[in-house]
Amino acid sequence: MSAAPVTAPAPAGGSIDAVARRVGAARVRRRRRVAGVVVAISLVALAAATASLLLGAAGLGLGDVVAALVGQGSPKAEFVILRLRLPRVLAAIIAGTALGLGGALFQTTLRNPLASPDILGVTGGASLAAVGSMLLLGLDGPAVSVAAFAGALVVAALMWGLAWRDGLTGIRFVLVGIGLASIVSGLLGWLITRADVREASEALVWMVGGIGSVGWPELATAGGALAVLLVLTAFFSPRMPLIALSDDSARSLGLDATRARLVAIVLGVALVAVATALAGPIAFVALVAAPIARALVGNGQAALAASALVGAAIVLVADLVAQHAFTGVAVPVGIVTGLIGAPYLLWLIARGNRKGSDG
Amino acid sequence: MPRAATLAPTTGTPGRPARAGRRRLPPAAALGIAVALLAVVAIASLAIGARQIPFDVVVQAFTSPVAGDADHVVVRDLRLPRAVIGIMAGAALGVVAALLQGSTRNPLADPGLLGINAGASLAVVVAIAFLGIASPFGFIWFAFGGAAVAAAIVYAIGSSGGAGASPAKLALTGAALTAAATPLITLLLISDEGTLSQYRFWSVGSLAGRGIDTVVVLWPFLLLGLLLAGWLAGRLNLLALGDDVARGLGVRLATTRVVTAVAVIVLAGTATSLAGPIALLGLAVAHAARGLVGGDYRWLTPLAGVLGAIVLLAADVIGRVVVAPAELEAGIVAAIVGAPVLIALVRRGKGASL
Repeated sequence: MSAAPVTAPAPAGGSIDAVARRVGAARVRRRRRVAGVVVAISLVALAAATASLLLGAAGLGLGDVVAALVGQGSPKAEFVILRLRLPRVLAAIIAGTALGLGGALFQTTLRNPLASPDILGVTGGASLAAVGSMLLLGLDGPAVSVAAFAGALVVAALMWGLAWRDGLTGIRFVLVGIGLASIVSGLLGWLITRADVREASEALVWMVGGIGSVGWPELATAGGALAVLLVLTAFFSPRMPLIALSDDSARSLGLDATRARLVAIVLGVALVAVATALAGPIAFVALVAAPIARALVGNGQAALAASALVGAAIVLVADLVAQHAFTGVAVPVGIVTGLIGAPYLLWLIARGNRKGSDG
Repeated sequence: MPRAATLAPTTGTPGRPARAGRRRLPPAAALGIAVALLAVVAIASLAIGARQIPFDVVVQAFTSPVAGDADHVVVRDLRLPRAVIGIMAGAALGVVAALLQGSTRNPLADPGLLGINAGASLAVVVAIAFLGIASPFGFIWFAFGGAAVAAAIVYAIGSSGGAGASPAKLALTGAALTAAATPLITLLLISDEGTLSQYRFWSVGSLAGRGIDTVVVLWPFLLLGLLLAGWLAGRLNLLALGDDVARGLGVRLATTRVVTAVAVIVLAGTATSLAGPIALLGLAVAHAARGLVGGDYRWLTPLAGVLGAIVLLAADVIGRVVVAPAELEAGIVAAIVGAPVLIALVRRGKGASL
C-alpha cells in the first residue's frame, strides 16, 4: 500500500484526529481504486461485447447493429444480431460471471488458489450430469440445469466427505478432487463416445465448453438462476472474512466457520452448475478470475464482485479470440481459455514452490 | 474375479504399521498366481464379448483355423490383437508406476497423474495432424519426445524451490500439464470431424480398433523398457534407503536417474501409443503389488507389470460385459478402479514419502 510513505514523516505524537483523518483518507483512496478497477474491467467487457456484435461475416455496420438491437433493423440484420450474436454475448457474460464468482467462493473457502471447481471435478460433475440427463433421459431446458446442479453438488459432497479430517486442508481437498475429476472425465468421455457421430462437435462443447449454439430459452433459465444466486451471494458476502480465517484462528475467536463454509461452497457449486449447464465446462475461468481480481483490488468483499466481472470479461474476450483468430474453423471458447489458463496454473505451482509452501 | 483379487490388498490394509504383523505370500508364489490369473483373463478376453465364443472354439481358432469361419475370424483378427495390446499397455503402465514410485519415493507417482501420458498424446496428435504421420513406427518417436518433455517440465516445476519435489506438488503439476495439453489436442483435432470421432475413443483408453501391426512395431520398445526396468530394480531398493546411503553402497546416482528416465519415457510412450492416455491404472497396481510382496523392487516391479496387464485386460472384458451390447472403454474402467486408490492414499496422509 502507498499509505506507508505518507504516514512515516508525521510526528509520533500526532493527535488521534490526525490518525483518523489519515485512515479515512486511505479508505477513500482504496474505495476510489476499487471503483476505478471496476470501471476499467467493465469497459474491457463492454468493448469485447461491442466487438463481438460488430465483427463477423455478415458485414454489418454500427448503425445496422444498433437498429437491430432496438428492433428497427433489416430482417437479415435482426436475425444475425438477435438470433446469433446477442445470445452469444449474453451467454458469455452469464457463464463468465457465474464461473468467476463461483471460483472466488471456492478458493476463499478452501484457502487455496488451486482449489478451483474445474480442477476439483465439480465442473466435470455438472457437465457429466447435464450430458447424462440429455442423452440418457432426454431432458432439456431448466431440467438440465437442475441435473447439472445435482451433479456438481454430488461431486462437491463426495469431496467434502472424503477430504474432511479434523478440518480442511487445502491440499488434501485438491488431491481428492483430482481423483474424482478423473472418474468424472472418464464417465463423461464414455457418454460422449456413445453419442451419435454427427453430434461429435456438439459433444466437444461438453468436453471443453463453448457458447456457439445457445438459444433464448436457455439464456432465460440461466439468467434467472444467476440473478437469484447473485442476490444470495450479496446477502452472504459479509460473512466472507470469517471464512477466510484459518480453522485455528476462527476457533481462538470462539467462532465456528463450518456452516458459513458450507453455505459458501453450496453457492459456489450452484454458480458453477449454472455456467456449465449453459456453456459446458469452460476451462480455467473459475481458476484465474479470482486471483486476477485480488491482484487488482486486494482481498475482501470487493474481490467477489471484481471476480465476477473479471470472469465475464475473460469469457467475452476469449470468445472474441476464438471466433476470429483461427481462420476457417469455429473454435469453442473453452480452448482459448484453456490455452491461457494452463500456463498460468503451472506458474502458480512454480511460484508456490519458491515460497516453500504447498500452495 | 481378477479385479477383486488385485484390489483386496490395497483396500484391505487400513493402517500403515500392518507391515510387520501381516503374513505375506512368498513373492514367487504371488507372481506365479498373478501370471496364472493373467492367462485366465486373457482366455476370457478371447471368449467373452458381443459374440460369445465357446472355449473349445477359441482353442480351435489357433490349432486348426478354418478360413472364413466367423468365430475364428473374430478370435484371431479382432480379439487377439486387442488382448495383446491390453497386456502390453497394462504391463508397461504398471512397471512405469513402480519405477516412478521407487525413483522419486513418491506414493502418488503414476504416468497419467504426472502428465507424462498427456505429453505423449499431444505429440502423437501433432504428428498425425500436422505431419501426416500415420504409421505407429513414425509416431512412436513423437510419443517418446512428448513424454520426455512432459517429464522434464513436471520434474523442473515440481522440484524447484527449497522444499524439493513433494508428491502433492508433482501431482498438481501433472494435473496442470494434462490440463494444458487437452485444449491443444482438441484445437488440432477440431478442423477434422473424422479425426475427432476417432480421437474421442482413443482419449478414453480404448483397446479396440488397433491392428496387429501396431503390436509388431511396438514390442521391441516394450522389451527395451522392461529390460531397463529389470536392471534398475535392485538399484531402486538401495535408493529407497536414501540418496546418501545408496551412494555409499556403490549406486551411481546420475546413471541410475538417466536410465530411469529413459525407461519411464519408453514405457509410457509405448503404452500411450498402444492404448491412449490411461490414468491411475499404474498407481493402483503398483500399490497392490507393494501390498502383496512388500517394498522389494525386484519382485514389486514385475508383479506390478503383470497386475497392470490383468487389470487392463479385465477392465476391457468388464467393459464389454456390463453395458453389453455396447462397450465401456478399458481406460474408463481403469480410472474408476484407480481413483479410489488415489483417494485412499491421500486420506491416509501418505503425503510425505515412501
